[in-house]
Amino acid sequence: MELTGAQALVKSLEMQEVEVIFGLPGGAILPVYDPIIDSPIRHILVRHEQGAGHMAEGYAQATGRPGVAMVTSGPGATNVVTALADAYMDSIPFVCVTGQVSTKAIGTDAFQESDTTGITLGVTKHNFLVTKAADIPQVVREAFHIATTGRPGPVLIDFPKDVATATMEWYWPDGVDLPGYRPASHPDLSAIRAAAALVMEAERPVIYAGGGILKSNASDALRELAELTGIPVVTTLMARGCFPDSHPLCLGMPGMHGNYTAVTSMQKSDLLIALGSRFDDRVTGKVSAFAPGARVIHVDIDKAEIGKVRRPDVGIVADCRLAIEALVETIKAAGPADHGRLTRWMKTLKSWQAEYPYTYDRSEPDRAEVTMSGVGRRPTLKPQYVIEALRATTPRDTILVSGVGQHQMWASQHWGFEYPRTWINSGGLGTMGFAVPAAIGAKVGRPDRMVWAVDGDGCFQMTAQELATATAERIPVKIAILNNAYLGMVRQWQHMFYEERYSEVYLSPDLPDYVGWAEAMGCVGLRVESAEEVIPAIEKANDIDDRPVVIDFRTDSMEQVFPMVPAGSSNDDIVVHPSQRVPGSETLR
Amino acid sequence: MTRDYTPIGPRHRLLSVLVENKAGVLARVAGLFSRRGYNIFSLAVAPTDNERFSRISIVVDVDSAPLEQVVAQLDKLINVVEIGELHPDEAREAELLLVSVAADASQRSQVIQLVGVFAGRIVDVGHEAITVMVAGTPELLDDFESLMKPYGIAGLQRSGRIALPKLDRGSTAGGAAVTASHIA
Repeated sequence: MELTGAQALVKSLEMQEVEVIFGLPGGAILPVYDPIIDSPIRHILVRHEQGAGHMAEGYAQATGRPGVAMVTSGPGATNVVTALADAYMDSIPFVCVTGQVSTKAIGTDAFQESDTTGITLGVTKHNFLVTKAADIPQVVREAFHIATTGRPGPVLIDFPKDVATATMEWYWPDGVDLPGYRPASHPDLSAIRAAAALVMEAERPVIYAGGGILKSNASDALRELAELTGIPVVTTLMARGCFPDSHPLCLGMPGMHGNYTAVTSMQKSDLLIALGSRFDDRVTGKVSAFAPGARVIHVDIDKAEIGKVRRPDVGIVADCRLAIEALVETIKAAGPADHGRLTRWMKTLKSWQAEYPYTYDRSEPDRAEVTMSGVGRRPTLKPQYVIEALRATTPRDTILVSGVGQHQMWASQHWGFEYPRTWINSGGLGTMGFAVPAAIGAKVGRPDRMVWAVDGDGCFQMTAQELATATAERIPVKIAILNNAYLGMVRQWQHMFYEERYSEVYLSPDLPDYVGWAEAMGCVGLRVESAEEVIPAIEKANDIDDRPVVIDFRTDSMEQVFPMVPAGSSNDDIVVHPSQRVPGSETLR
Repeated sequence: MTRDYTPIGPRHRLLSVLVENKAGVLARVAGLFSRRGYNIFSLAVAPTDNERFSRISIVVDVDSAPLEQVVAQLDKLINVVEIGELHPDEAREAELLLVSVAADASQRSQVIQLVGVFAGRIVDVGHEAITVMVAGTPELLDDFESLMKPYGIAGLQRSGRIALPKLDRGSTAGGAAVTASHIA
């Protein structure tokens, strides 16, 4: 069967069981858009290529399957770079096809030419420049294999126009031909035995669960390990939901804005069991002062993570689920579990939990505030309350998506995650504008779930044009804007570390008119200015299932995220909420 | 004044990296080093006997990052097939040097004599200069280079180190086993 390169590409994507492509056509990719008309693959036309990338990421995180985006050459490709970098940081399986000028024109500064493989070298797990139509099925198969195995990540296929129009004899390859690619899978059993020995003698152990738990579908295995050993679990920003927040052994999120008990348990532990986590600087704080008394077991599928930041006592390069299962078997074989030696540790943790829960001032009298737009009344609605109200009025398996900043931290802190793949955010790269398109992608992947995005007003403005995509494609996502009229996290840092000299962080609550924006995009727009209106508005939004909804929550602009470990500080110097700063209480026991 | 071509010391470690012979592979390797802040001291790349693969010999400055981290990151590159570290006492190292030396009629015979001592070859002759090729260990080339300096060097190019593991003579069965420590 003779096919054009374009037909072969689309057919190859079908062979990979791709159900949806997020994309936007242009000159160089035009030939591929013709066979898409006849393909069963759904194509979602975005309004900006960055949106296509984040949608593919949201889709991948909600479903566990690779997300696919397709854009044209030059500006199409450069617009998707942010999403590639985001997916690279957060290890998200994502295959991106970019159009390219004809092979003969490459290097001539042709119209809409960019060195896409060069530009994306550092932000992809791998990339391909296809030079012959006959290579297409092999390249597509290898791209999906690389994106989805080992440590997942983005893979880019750069697709010149003359390759798309050339013909080839169709085939589907038997396998991949990647002699240099050998992803880890099973753990080394002697390392597992060494790890089990440490686990069984530790008196103050903590499981430090990272995004690798979700990537390897290891939630059940993690739960079994925790319950078998009685060891408490912290779940990083990328791992929220991999272990239920309601579980008695769950300590919640560690890190810069983690809760006191999660942060301090790691500091005081004698054994950190790092499972698919990477000792990110936002978790460790000052590395030299991080968990000084802890021995470390580090399981990661990426060998380069072992010892990159902290040298482990036992390093295990393996798939997280397989490693945890092997650890469970080894510990079980050693005899009945005895949690007695952990009693004192658990008692200490419980006392911290009781003393330092997440907290905020629930009500404050209206206060006048001088803003750049003049003297006005400051909203008193607390953003944390909005999160709690959302949590209380939505199904337990609702998928929550966020952007980056204060709203992201409040969402992670106050949501109460119960299930894997219910939390989608930009962790490593910290990409503002992630939420709206990622929520759209998540809803496409899981139409059976309610999908809410909690977004900041700053973030929302970066990618909100994709609401037009959501309306046009009938993707009923729901967006809660925590509108505090500021780039809130930057404002918080200026408040705490720059003597309240607020530089270029004021955005105005009314510009743009978010309700007007929503309506212009074919969404339902609602505005909430007081606590009493919160739940009715959310319930109204929950009932709308034929179009997107945007709620503009006017929240207290002064609110700050606590606790906080200032950047570069030791986790011992965690700053708790002002109401918890009782004299003497900041001394760690 | 000799340049810092000292034998491989504690700062410098020699990696022998087998890569797929595909477009852009060198950019991937070089890009990884710059992106992660690792320093390359020297680098040589050429095809192997199997046209599918090339071998890159890299001398890494491990002051910039621990060797195991450099190796682990390199190994993540899809086109990198195999990485071995070659310890100086377990490797045969070689380097190639091309140098154009000022050598008019009065000095030419002296220079030619030295070229003979170093088993070099004269590859080009001009009225005022000759171009010489010398192959050997990096230390030998350092020596030769310093001896040529007084005559006046008009141009000099070294290839960077290449190396293969020493052959194991301990075993007679099964031909030549290699002794490179295979890292990844």
